[in-house]
Amino acid sequence: MTQDTFTIPDFAELRQLVATHGHAAEVLRALRSERLDINGLAALLSPAAENLLPQLAARSGQITAKRFGRTIQIYAPLYLSNFCINRCAYCGFSAGNRIERRVLTMAEAEEEAMILHGRGFKHILLVSGEAPARLGVDYLVELAARLRERFASISIEVQPLEEEEYARLFASGITSVAVYQETYDRGIYSQVHHGGRKCDFDYRLATPARAAAAGMREVGIGALLGLADWRLEGLALGMHLAWLRRHYWRTALTVSFPRLRPAEGGFQPLVTVSERMLSQLIFALRIFDPDVGLLLSTREEARFRDGMVGLGPTRYSAGSCTAPGGYAHPELAGEQFSVGDHRSMQEVCADICRRGYDPVRKDWDATFQIQDGGGEMSAAAL
Amino acid sequence: MLTIAGRTFKSRLFGGTGKFSSPQVMKEALEASGCEMVTVALRRVDLANPEDDIMSVLDRRKFLFLPNTSGARDAHEAVRLARLARAAGGGEWLKLEVTPDPRTLLPDPVETLKATEILVKEGFIVLPYINADPVLALRLQDAGAAAVMPLGSPIGTNQGILTAFQIAIIIEQARVPVVVDAGLGAPSHAAQAMEMGADAVLVNTAIAVAGDPVRMARAFAMAVEAGREAFEAGLGARRAEAAASSPQTGLDFLR
Repeated sequence: MTQDTFTIPDFAELRQLVATHGHAAEVLRALRSERLDINGLAALLSPAAENLLPQLAARSGQITAKRFGRTIQIYAPLYLSNFCINRCAYCGFSAGNRIERRVLTMAEAEEEAMILHGRGFKHILLVSGEAPARLGVDYLVELAARLRERFASISIEVQPLEEEEYARLFASGITSVAVYQETYDRGIYSQVHHGGRKCDFDYRLATPARAAAAGMREVGIGALLGLADWRLEGLALGMHLAWLRRHYWRTALTVSFPRLRPAEGGFQPLVTVSERMLSQLIFALRIFDPDVGLLLSTREEARFRDGMVGLGPTRYSAGSCTAPGGYAHPELAGEQFSVGDHRSMQEVCADICRRGYDPVRKDWDATFQIQDGGGEMSAAAL
Repeated sequence: MLTIAGRTFKSRLFGGTGKFSSPQVMKEALEASGCEMVTVALRRVDLANPEDDIMSVLDRRKFLFLPNTSGARDAHEAVRLARLARAAGGGEWLKLEVTPDPRTLLPDPVETLKATEILVKEGFIVLPYINADPVLALRLQDAGAAAVMPLGSPIGTNQGILTAFQIAIIIEQARVPVVVDAGLGAPSHAAQAMEMGADAVLVNTAIAVAGDPVRMARAFAMAVEAGREAFEAGLGARRAEAAASSPQTGLDFLR
């Protein structure tokens, strides 16, 4: 029998798993094995693996080069709206915060997109707060229709949607969906989500599966680091990845590692996640899943992102602005968080080159976005 | 000399353009490899842009571009990509890849056959990437494929030829050239394919990700040549027991 909904074990259980497998011998075995099970991932995430961080880095880098080559794919986020019905303790867009709220008109959104296009971006990620009345599926469908032939790929990071809605978006040219659980720890989840639809842990948890079921080519998951124990978030991410792979083999998967950044509202992280810890998490997940795309955004500082080139991540954002309308009007406030890497795309690319890696600006094609309905494919019909 | 669809190739090594650390390294490695055909992912390049980072560094007089449909998950997408590529000046040659599983990138036999049938009718020179399935290879040959490209092992794995038994059957049966593609991680793997009688091999990851891609490209070129030379020279059959080089079989009784 296949299990039809993904469930996550209690964090106490996950903690036990890390304790059971967190020994140097198991870490070494995990580093040597070709295929890792969840116990191996637990070992790599454990404190016992900290002493072997250089070995983890080497293995992670080696696996990444083999699967993805010496390349880093470049993308940019495009913030469409900072209206939000949710009250999330950590987020600058939280409904309770007094920030300048704005949803871009279609023309403004297009203008922002064309600025990114002019800077050389071919992959864009459309981002918004959760306020379906202001920015719903119709908005995204229209925007995608306007942009799809000009970009190699269009992804979204917006409110969780229904499967039929994802199918509509896919047909209109959106090929990839990112939706982060924020934390896989149910207790902490309800502690930091004070209001709005986002309070429903299970609905959110089932969202990546709905997007995949709708035919999306790529689905991204992630945990916001700084809320719960990062080792257990890593384990939960690994379980989520494995479950999605078994159920949706046509869908490519990615993981993001957003570490909490200073944001409006002044939220203090509940736990500290240092750069060493973040790197261990990235290495462990790479070794666990050689094929998953790993994103490292401008939340992280230039020094850290430079150092991580070639060690696991496969995709970098660059030159990001997290306020809607911020590319055309840099003076605008209302950002989701303040970025840690302020370099331009050209500078990020130049630094990637200096590390001996190729910053790839196009690795997909608009041709894939044009859904002409399938149907007859005989020579005459097309 | 190797001939595919009426075109001859001095080198039996085909190259790829993905995974290199820079376009410059790619160019140097491909030139060192001596290969005359290079495959390039349509998703990765911008055919309409003369300044495209990959297309602009490679000399079209030296290399025949073999655009590939990597990323296509069904025949429909592959056909559409191929048509747009040709319209943008990509030419008739096409490496057909239909890989619905983004993890293993293993090819879908059903969709590959469907797409081949359509594209051949439209005048494309189709080289389909397939699992090492002898019957599929024959079906594709019947459908008009210009060559077949069975995999040694899943792409990017460097595992070598795990499908030797099936590839041997494909080589034995094929009327079109057989190009062993994917999974060749070391020059010895390429030599093995050539010794088996493959007409050519395609190598990308093992060269692009090597410590020194240029030297690795040269190493593969030598291995391919050695393997081909051995095949043409006629390799001895393998056997389980030792065989004396000067047999002393007692035949004295013969009159």
